[in-house]
Amino acid sequence: MSDIISGITQAVNLIITLDPEVMQIALLSLYISLSATILAACISIPIGGLIHFHEFRGKAALLTIIQTLYSVPTVVVGLLIYLFISRSGPLGFLGLLFTPEGMILGQTVLIIPIMLGLVITALGGIDKNIRDTLLSLGATEFQGIFQIIREARFAILGAVILGFGRAISEVGVAMMIGGNIAGETRVLTTAIALQTGMGDFPFSIALGIILLAIALVVVVCLNLVTRRYAA
Amino acid sequence: MIRMEGITKKFGETEVIRGMDLEIKNGEVFTLIGPSGSGKTTILRIIDLLEKPTSGRYLFDGMDTQAPGADEISIRRRMAMVFQKPAVLNTTVDENVAFGLKFRKTDSAEIARRVAAALDLVGLSHLTGRRAVTLSGGEMQRVAIARAMVTEPDLLLMDEPTANLDPVSSEIIETLIKRINAERKTTIILATHDMAQGQRLADRIGVIMDGSLVQQGSIHDIFFRPNGQKIARFVGIDTIMTGTVTKNTGGHAFIDVNGVCIEAITPVPPRSRVELYLRPEEVTISLPAPSGQGVKSTRNRLSGTIKKILPNGPFIRVTIDCGFPLVALVTRLSSEDLNLKVGTAVIAEIKATAIHVHAVPS
Repeated sequence: MSDIISGITQAVNLIITLDPEVMQIALLSLYISLSATILAACISIPIGGLIHFHEFRGKAALLTIIQTLYSVPTVVVGLLIYLFISRSGPLGFLGLLFTPEGMILGQTVLIIPIMLGLVITALGGIDKNIRDTLLSLGATEFQGIFQIIREARFAILGAVILGFGRAISEVGVAMMIGGNIAGETRVLTTAIALQTGMGDFPFSIALGIILLAIALVVVVCLNLVTRRYAA
Repeated sequence: MIRMEGITKKFGETEVIRGMDLEIKNGEVFTLIGPSGSGKTTILRIIDLLEKPTSGRYLFDGMDTQAPGADEISIRRRMAMVFQKPAVLNTTVDENVAFGLKFRKTDSAEIARRVAAALDLVGLSHLTGRRAVTLSGGEMQRVAIARAMVTEPDLLLMDEPTANLDPVSSEIIETLIKRINAERKTTIILATHDMAQGQRLADRIGVIMDGSLVQQGSIHDIFFRPNGQKIARFVGIDTIMTGTVTKNTGGHAFIDVNGVCIEAITPVPPRSRVELYLRPEEVTISLPAPSGQGVKSTRNRLSGTIKKILPNGPFIRVTIDCGFPLVALVTRLSSEDLNLKVGTAVIAEIKATAIHVHAVPS
């Protein structure tokens, strides 16, 4: 028990004094996960719009696959991306392995299904008459899709925030693609795993508190957005 | 303005529109009436190019809407549609009204001017900055009309625009529809299951049943000269009798209905089987007078006994057994004056001209 209390005390100290290593890891985590979230949103929102607005053979099966991929293990995505960007892989020439950019790619792939699925659900929640109303008012297909995405903006923002939460809290992709290289690709989750293994509890607890603080911000944002959407 | 030839529409194996021919003239109010599920909404959606017909030809202002290279957006932008359930976007009233103009890339000063005029037209200028989702059903429907009219369409399509509204809101919308047609000369096609509304608003009426346009014509044609039993029932004709023409002297026919002789005006020749349609408001009820008193010139004076009395809005609906069931509408005051009760013997009087004779195909 004393170890825990001592660990928490030292962790708070590390945060308050803005320990350079802790701050570097936290900022790198935010950079990677925010970048992955923005990329995934840029892909998921328009594709979600297209899937929602078009009826095609196999649409139900596609939605089932997307929903199944919500819970794909992060290490499976890590393995897949690793195979693609390793030196011998088809994208090996890009030199992304063990780089923050490689980790961004991995986290993007990881969170696209949940973001895509939730965007489609958000659009499905919009009154079906809105689409017909917009078309009958003379909207082109693009204008119609854009306007409905705008109408569902709060629910879509919720999907984006959830995607960010999954990205920043995952460890499999970060470990396998980043390699947990100090000062290069070490992020909050991989650092916690490593430092705990080495018995450096205060450092792990400090990182854990930061991770929890970020999660708290995410949840608060989500609640605010949901409340506004419901209103 | 609109010409449809042999339009059919299938959803899967279900045919919801069957070989429909329809012509709408510039500036008219054409009302499509029919029961729920008869295909009214589908035909409006086809007209607005929201659905493609399975087969047939649809010309808008002479342009074949299905021709290769037909500019669907340009054609649709000459129309506007008001849906049964108005869908407003989660923004202010004026922004909702402005959408059609923004889609057309109208400049902002012109948008502001036309939105203000459209809101003034529907009497909602005071609600400009209000969030549209907080409006009442009637106000939302007026916003939907303003949103449609702001684009100055040549053709306004309205799908049951008062279906979910209270009588006061419905009256406001109906007045607005008449005003739009009168002042702006906008052609209007309105679908409704409320035949009285169809009667109030239309220049011409089309009756749609089971996906087919079964009759179209003037208000008088549809409501007094229905082309068959189903239409007659839908337009509120309660008394439908079947009989045989026994004599016809220059268009004045004598028709045997269950042994009762009915006189009507029709060219149908003797020995023809006919159906007789009679609106309940065309029947006058009186009590049997002492012999020789109060004899009237009405051709059909039928003795009968009241079998059923039911309130019907401001009227009383009376079913009389005259050898066949005959339905009459009387005012509450008349009913009280005559002391009408089940079992009361009465005289039902019907003018020969009030009866529509429909020849039954042999």
